[in-house]
Amino acid sequence: MIALPSELKALGILGMNARNIDYIGRYNDRTLYPLVDDKLQTKKLATQHGLKTPELLGSIEFQGQIKKLLEYVPSGKGFVLKPAQGSGGKGILVVTHHDGENFFKPNGERYNLHELKRHASNILSGLYSLGGKDDVVIIERIIEFDNVFDGFSFEGVPDVRIIVYRGYPVMAMMRLSTSMSDGKANLHQGAVGVGIDIVTGKAVSAVQFDRPIELHPDTDKELMSLEVPHWDEILELASGSYDMTNLGYLGADIVLDKSEGPMMLELNARPGLAIQIANSQGLLKRFEQIDKVANEHQNLQERIRFSLEHFGGQND
Amino acid sequence: MTSKYQIYFFSFLLILIAVATMTYKVKILDFPLFSGEEKSVWNVEAKVKFTGHGNNVFVSLALPDAQKGMYVYNENASSPNYGYTTATSDGYLRGEWAKRKVSGEQTLYYSIDIVTDEEYNPENLKEYEHKFSIEASSVILQAAAAIMEDAYEHSADDISMTSRLISEFNKPKPSQAIEMLKRRYIHSSKDLREVLVGLLEQKKVKLRRIGAVSLVDGQKNVLLKPMLEVLGNGKWQLFDIKKGKLDKADDLFIWQRGAVSLLDAEGVSNSEVRFSVTENVVSARSAALLKSSDEQLSLMDFSLFVLPNESQNAFKRLLLIPIGALVVVLLRVLIGIKTSGTFMSVLIAMAFMQTDLIPGLIMFILVVSLGLIVRSYLSYLNLLLVARISAVLIIVVGIMAVVAVFAYKLGFKDAITITFFPMIILAWTIERMSIVWEEDGPKEVFLQGGGSLGVAILAYFAMINPTMQFWTFNFPEFLLAVLGLIILVGRYSGYRLSELYRFASMVKRK
Repeated sequence: MIALPSELKALGILGMNARNIDYIGRYNDRTLYPLVDDKLQTKKLATQHGLKTPELLGSIEFQGQIKKLLEYVPSGKGFVLKPAQGSGGKGILVVTHHDGENFFKPNGERYNLHELKRHASNILSGLYSLGGKDDVVIIERIIEFDNVFDGFSFEGVPDVRIIVYRGYPVMAMMRLSTSMSDGKANLHQGAVGVGIDIVTGKAVSAVQFDRPIELHPDTDKELMSLEVPHWDEILELASGSYDMTNLGYLGADIVLDKSEGPMMLELNARPGLAIQIANSQGLLKRFEQIDKVANEHQNLQERIRFSLEHFGGQND
Repeated sequence: MTSKYQIYFFSFLLILIAVATMTYKVKILDFPLFSGEEKSVWNVEAKVKFTGHGNNVFVSLALPDAQKGMYVYNENASSPNYGYTTATSDGYLRGEWAKRKVSGEQTLYYSIDIVTDEEYNPENLKEYEHKFSIEASSVILQAAAAIMEDAYEHSADDISMTSRLISEFNKPKPSQAIEMLKRRYIHSSKDLREVLVGLLEQKKVKLRRIGAVSLVDGQKNVLLKPMLEVLGNGKWQLFDIKKGKLDKADDLFIWQRGAVSLLDAEGVSNSEVRFSVTENVVSARSAALLKSSDEQLSLMDFSLFVLPNESQNAFKRLLLIPIGALVVVLLRVLIGIKTSGTFMSVLIAMAFMQTDLIPGLIMFILVVSLGLIVRSYLSYLNLLLVARISAVLIIVVGIMAVVAVFAYKLGFKDAITITFFPMIILAWTIERMSIVWEEDGPKEVFLQGGGSLGVAILAYFAMINPTMQFWTFNFPEFLLAVLGLIILVGRYSGYRLSELYRFASMVKRK
């Protein structure tokens, strides 16, 4: 039930305190945080760097603009409302389809226009932002996720989380929403985390609530059969986010759109530790390998090659 | 990593400064380390009485000098309509009262307040000149020869000779020569002292007279106890004329020393001086404060004790917040408990201190639950955030008033203390909890709310700890040690206790 600190250390497991002091504190310059904490900024920056993101339909900065909300929304089609400075997936409202009066969430629940505007108003007043700061509403095109994920996710967009350390993709995990997580891809709310081999893009192990599982709890799909397509592109997108932000320790969240391929959804300067459980592998040993060679590789391709050579499968 | 060593150095330095300052205050300034310690403060009052006959009056009273182990922090001469000064004559300090045309019974008071303190050792202890003051009569001389011969024979030096002499005088059946002296000359203990002095001076023993007050509570109108001191081996040894050599004199306050008269009164009759002793038991802290404020120690000049009492009480509670913060840091960094809001727990714990734990817990849960119910209705009204929080705030005030009134009517007087809960915090707690409820479900509400309450309860226990309360207020430097500890914990990069559980499945799978 409980492990000894020495056992965790032997596995190279990164703890929360070490993450904060030795990695976030050392490699993530505080002045760079707004680049990733403000998703609007991240989006603009990504476009400048040629990294694909979901299409921005519009943004709302003032309460008075809320009445124009419908002007940004594509008629009949799905869209996403999200706070630019939200954290942990809070305040993200996904609408799969609508008729201008009724707005349907992925789980079939219905919002009327009034409720939709209230949600936008809450976002603006800072209900979901860190420290309750005034926020901006982002309206994005909805992701139509790739058919390969059929049966792997319940009412939500599955995304790939990749930990990028000093520009090297280190570890990857697929986050699959469940009925328990209410269509959200947050592991602490009950989403399933599937560890993905950084070399092949294939599943290596899966967890829910930090404990191993074999089948998706809602669809009974064999989780180990998961294989993420466009893997090379995903790695490039992840690794490229380092060149874009200069954050030494970051989590890149990437989604796969049916027509557009991999797109960067958002970046996280304080990525969580559950990815280790999903992969059944500690992060520290890989970090140490990178620390030895960090200055030898000049560009993104060299860094990815190093990761592919060293972090495949259960290498330790 | 140099920054790591800097942190170690810095935090240990802070802890060291705190410990050193505390040690200084305990050892040198006599601050007690724990709250229960008590000390005696003695008030010794000399009452001078005389009868005036219409003449000009001049009264002079011998005043005590600084002495080892007795710290005098207050002196007071109360004498209505008399001119009062202190003067030094022949190296002796005297208090002098003067007034023209005095008639009738008169009373003058002179009182001093003393703290006994073993460490206290004044710098200028006066060395008194030894004076042969008495011309002994020939009768004494004859009897003395025999007595002193015996004492001389049975002793090795002046000290042991004095001891022998005193014990001979105090035997139930003394020798004939002593018997004779006693009958003719000794009618009071003062007479006995004078006879002893006369005898010892025959042998050229260096001695001086002592008038002392026993520090025993409730003594009224007593005379000074006559005693004497003998010089031997370069040190003055105190003798009680009944009991002999005194090794410890920590319950004796020496008022008069040497051949100086205790009271000189001109122009009056029936003059006498009597002493009273009162003991006040005060906390050792007050005694230390009396001392240090009197000594004008700069350290104490800038301490919290210079503030008015009200502000002191406010600070008493403020200074406990760091203790609560320490508990939060330890629980979050070392254990890994989830709370809603970082320091909300500390503020709730502060409120618990005012309400007591159980009533506080009941009221907190009551107000938050009622608030959540009302807040769920506000959800439908589609208000802006600021307006909604303000609405919740007003509802919280209302709930508090209703709860207070109802509970009071039902006889729960504790409920009035509900006002000590910080309303803004309650309103935000309700708002946040209701958001968490909507987004993550009731389970997360109970998890976070329970975590916060648990931390608050632990912080409460740390903050009501009497030693903690005593230390933070009397030794504010103790907070430097808390700061050092927090900085140290802030660099702890090891695993949290909760992580040993969280990652346990990974160990098993290997």
